[in-house]
Amino acid sequence: MTALLEIKGLKTEVVSADGNVTLIADINLNLAAGEVMGLVGESGSGKSITGLSIMGLVDKPAQVTGGQILFKGQDLRKLSEREIRSIRGNRIAMIFQDPMSTLNPVLRIDTQMMEVVHAHEAISKQAAWERARDALGMVGIPSPEERLRAYPHQFSGGMRQRVAIAIALLMSPELIIADEPTTALDVTIQAQILSIVQKLARDRGTALIWITHDLSVVAGLAEKLSVMYAGRIAEQGLTADLLRRPMHPYTNGLIASLPAHNKRGSRLKQISGTTPSVANMPRGCAFHPRCASATQLCLSPPPLEPVEGRLLRCFHPVTEGALS
Amino acid sequence: MTLWITQRLLQAMLVALAMAVIVFIGLHLIGSPIETLLPPEATHEDRLRLISDLGLDRPLYEQFFLFLKGVLQGNLGISYVYKEPAVALILSRLPATLELAFAAVLLSLVFGVPLGLAVGWKPESSFSRMVMIGSIFGFSLPVFWIAILLIMIFSVQLGWLPSSGRGATETIFGIPWSFVTLDGLRHMFLPAISLSLFNISMVTRLTEAGVREAMSSEYVRFAKAKGLSPRRILSVHVLKNVMIPVVTVVGLDIGQTIAFSVVTETIFAWPGVGKIIIDSIAALDRPVIVAYLMLVVIMFVVINLIVDVTYRLLDPRIRLQGE
Repeated sequence: MTALLEIKGLKTEVVSADGNVTLIADINLNLAAGEVMGLVGESGSGKSITGLSIMGLVDKPAQVTGGQILFKGQDLRKLSEREIRSIRGNRIAMIFQDPMSTLNPVLRIDTQMMEVVHAHEAISKQAAWERARDALGMVGIPSPEERLRAYPHQFSGGMRQRVAIAIALLMSPELIIADEPTTALDVTIQAQILSIVQKLARDRGTALIWITHDLSVVAGLAEKLSVMYAGRIAEQGLTADLLRRPMHPYTNGLIASLPAHNKRGSRLKQISGTTPSVANMPRGCAFHPRCASATQLCLSPPPLEPVEGRLLRCFHPVTEGALS
Repeated sequence: MTLWITQRLLQAMLVALAMAVIVFIGLHLIGSPIETLLPPEATHEDRLRLISDLGLDRPLYEQFFLFLKGVLQGNLGISYVYKEPAVALILSRLPATLELAFAAVLLSLVFGVPLGLAVGWKPESSFSRMVMIGSIFGFSLPVFWIAILLIMIFSVQLGWLPSSGRGATETIFGIPWSFVTLDGLRHMFLPAISLSLFNISMVTRLTEAGVREAMSSEYVRFAKAKGLSPRRILSVHVLKNVMIPVVTVVGLDIGQTIAFSVVTETIFAWPGVGKIIIDSIAALDRPVIVAYLMLVVIMFVVINLIVDVTYRLLDPRIRLQGE
């Protein structure tokens, strides 16, 4: 059986006459139908670019320059613009971070929903409208018939994100890429949105890539986890394994810095230093300037290798018990 | 909505009143029209009689209140030169100006918006660069020069189009219009083009800026992620957002175009209000000048009102705040 989504050596660069700047490189992902993967990293680690690269939506001057994106065995990079358009919003949907700006302020919700159905299916207005109404109901928006006639500004942030999710669900896609959809929301709303998406994805067998900087969000949601650092995958494996025993010093640092892991009264742990900028990448392992166990060896780039049932990019894996 | 419109109308009346005061005082300062109105052989008695006929011997405030009284009765005075009611005189010329101004604004929308969309969509193409350079010329070349150039080329050299007058007109609702006859359209073509070049450039640039801003917005990215065609994104998602500033500026521009049609009308001998106001200023024909300026004020106010209403139709966010 072929995987739903298989990404091999994906590379996205800013292309300019003065040379290219790499945003992400050597990205490998594997996702089965109905599977949920968390894509975790700090701001600037390239996780959003990864999502956009899959959709073929990276804005110029950046562009995908290498690798394969196999969706059910078909390389999305080889498709024409028209062909990839028939996949976008139809078989792969995407939800964005800021619900305040993803909906067009001057168009009614019904317009913004029905146009998706019409773009992908020859269907009557009535049927498209019914599908939009059902999708709104599904994400828990009360009196959907009425709300369809409303404009985005008449919704709260959480409600707008529900609308965006409803739009993503309209065509029953096989994969949804969610780019930090809860980051801009209140914690209580976050939990609601999270449980809605989790339930709907499970019920309909939709695979999910959940991009976030918040490990605690994906801990209960994703079966698999990819930790990204500086445009590369640092560690990838089953969520339970990674959280229980992180092997990459960066993953270890991320988990250790969660407040829940700290003893009351003790100082919060943090990873010293900041994320490097893409224009000024450290030599070798990009994490070595911030890493306690870095050696001379780390000045050459470490490969992504299978270690104990996961993929790891590190010469000096964290040994057991380092967390406590 | 009703309350809002009532407020706007009250404001408009205040504006008109303030305008009347300014115009009245200003005209008084320019000088007396008596000398230009009297024939050279007039006697001293003739002179005194004319002054008292026109009411110029009374103090200024009295003249002003007499004028206001006339306004409330729909009478803005009798033209000194034409011996006709000033309002009737201007209204008889107004259709010609209006039709020219609206033709120019229509041209600016018909050409400006699609050009702006095309340029904003693909700013790097050579077509876009050409349009942007062309728009600089449209901005900076003076209207009278373009008008003369157009006459040189299309009337004198090629002989395709007439250079002056309104041509044949057809009467609709008792008003003669040029745009309904082919000959009228041929006459209107050159003045409308020369009047609209500036507007076309402006609308093009405005639309282009709006499109570029919208293209980098999140809602366009989301629209792309929904799998919509570029045509749909441009003509629905982008256009509707871009039209908000364009409507504002074009609305204000209608007033400007009417006011600036003075130059174009003079060059093309277009028998509109612009022509008559120039003649009246030369003759110091006060009632006509006052009537014209009052009319312009009212026109601006009405156009602004229409713009505000259109705004509410285009932008749901404004619509809600007011209600």
